[in-house]
Amino acid sequence: MAETVVNKGTGIQSNPPVNAERVEEKEYSILNLGPSHPATHGVFQNILKMDGEIILDSEPTIGYIHRAFEKIAERRPYNQITPLTDRLNYCSSPINNMGWHMTVEKLIQAEIPKRVEYMRIIIMELSRIADHLVCNSVIGVDSGALTGFIYVFEEREHIYEIFEEICGARLTTNIGRIGGFERDFPDAAWAKIHTFMEKFPKVLKEFEKLLVRNRIFMDRTIGAGAISAERALNYSFTGPNLRAAGVDYDVRVMNPYSGYQDFDFKIPIGTNGDTYDRFMVREDEIWESFSIIKQAIEKLEKMPKGVFHADIPDFYLPPKEEVYNNMEALIYHFKIVMGETEIPKGEVYHAVEGGNGELGFYLISDGGRNPYRLHFRRPCFIYYQAYPEMIRGNMLSDAIVTLSSLNVIAGELDA
Amino acid sequence: MEEIFPELEKKLREAFPNDIVSAEMMWDFPVFTVKKDKVVDVVKYLYDDPELQFRFLTDLCGVHFPDNHGHELGVVYHLHNMRRNLRVRLRTFFSEKEAVVPTLTTVFSAANWMERETYDFYGIVFKGHPNLKRILNVDDMVGFPLRKEFPLEDPNREDKNDKMFGR
Repeated sequence: MAETVVNKGTGIQSNPPVNAERVEEKEYSILNLGPSHPATHGVFQNILKMDGEIILDSEPTIGYIHRAFEKIAERRPYNQITPLTDRLNYCSSPINNMGWHMTVEKLIQAEIPKRVEYMRIIIMELSRIADHLVCNSVIGVDSGALTGFIYVFEEREHIYEIFEEICGARLTTNIGRIGGFERDFPDAAWAKIHTFMEKFPKVLKEFEKLLVRNRIFMDRTIGAGAISAERALNYSFTGPNLRAAGVDYDVRVMNPYSGYQDFDFKIPIGTNGDTYDRFMVREDEIWESFSIIKQAIEKLEKMPKGVFHADIPDFYLPPKEEVYNNMEALIYHFKIVMGETEIPKGEVYHAVEGGNGELGFYLISDGGRNPYRLHFRRPCFIYYQAYPEMIRGNMLSDAIVTLSSLNVIAGELDA
Repeated sequence: MEEIFPELEKKLREAFPNDIVSAEMMWDFPVFTVKKDKVVDVVKYLYDDPELQFRFLTDLCGVHFPDNHGHELGVVYHLHNMRRNLRVRLRTFFSEKEAVVPTLTTVFSAANWMERETYDFYGIVFKGHPNLKRILNVDDMVGFPLRKEFPLEDPNREDKNDKMFGR
């Protein structure tokens, strides 16, 4: 609005000119996305500054389900930390469990039999498939295609049934032990793995038919939430989100663990780093994981059966029936549970390729029964800070698909 | 990664003759302890050197050793050279009283939240950080929860009294 003008010399007030140009003040609206919003798929808040439908800025607030795992881990013996890692990325908890086991095995320099490594690979790749299925079908849901979501969840359920046969739990699996598995894969689990291998490709192909060349889906996702390779690296992106931007970094290939060097698989990469590329990279990774499982099953069939843990009695909990009937096993059990085993002093960092990227464990041991310090390198936490930059200038609905394609898991975000 | 260690040590000692406190191999990691004022310069050197090119910040976290008088707190950096697949760990230690470290956000955008997390849990101040406030804990929290003196549980709780084994 034009103001009354006062002439400094005479002191006479003049009325504002009638035809003064009206300057419209721009008003931005503030929109609260979250903390509990069905589209965020987790508990985190984003305060968006909007100009109409366009996002100008956003401020993420996280920490709603922070559970202080790093603090709790400092008071727990090594084998009791596995259940904590379950709850990081709860869409693929077996990968977290295995990552933790391998970190401790690296610290104690245990040698793991090949058969155990391949069994682990089957579990890890199955959970990667489950993780990617959730993420990809949720991108569909957030862009308005609910059908595929319900369709692939049947297969995810199938994967969880396999986990259930192996370890008794479904979501927070606590699968495996330091040194191997608590028991060999039962026949029921093998049967379920084989049915999964038969049924799954057909289902996934049908799912891809729904979305991959779907005009509406492509229009909604191409160009939404894009990030360049350079920025993605600067933001320490890892996993499918980095590969979608065109960098072929995969921990399984770069620093092979658990025998991944014996397998033949490709690293799918994208070019634009947008939502569609992330979707496609995950989709191709599911196929690669599927082929890895196939190779692992073939390799396992050629191996003698029966070995399911490493020969490290100081760290591997003996089976219960032996504990009750065998003095030596009882002593080892007691020593492990009471934390009397000798753990080397030192610092190790071990990384595995989690569902969302490089899941690292930085462990400082002072030789005591608990870790002195345990830090989880959580990929979600690190790449979610790029979210404001990625959605700036985009529409609100793009922000939603970007969020789901980043696959931000609140458990991993907050630890 | 052991092959790179002599080269790395030589280069760093040449470039920073007075600031490398220690250099060693720990499992598969070359580990360097650096004086805290120079840590960002070392990271920048590792970033810019045409042969080293450590251009990826894998991880940044704090550590607390209350028994090391004068060097109680520390920050640990994990850097990665993706081209040659080399990794390096840098550590810096300082006393609780002067827990101020230069920020790494000038080099890596990713350091932003990692440094906020470190501040949140250890009270280490990153000088020059654009938005240094708590990230995972509530804003009005007192104390820094990952320091060793911070109790895991509230010692005054009465609802979880376990007489047999003690808490």
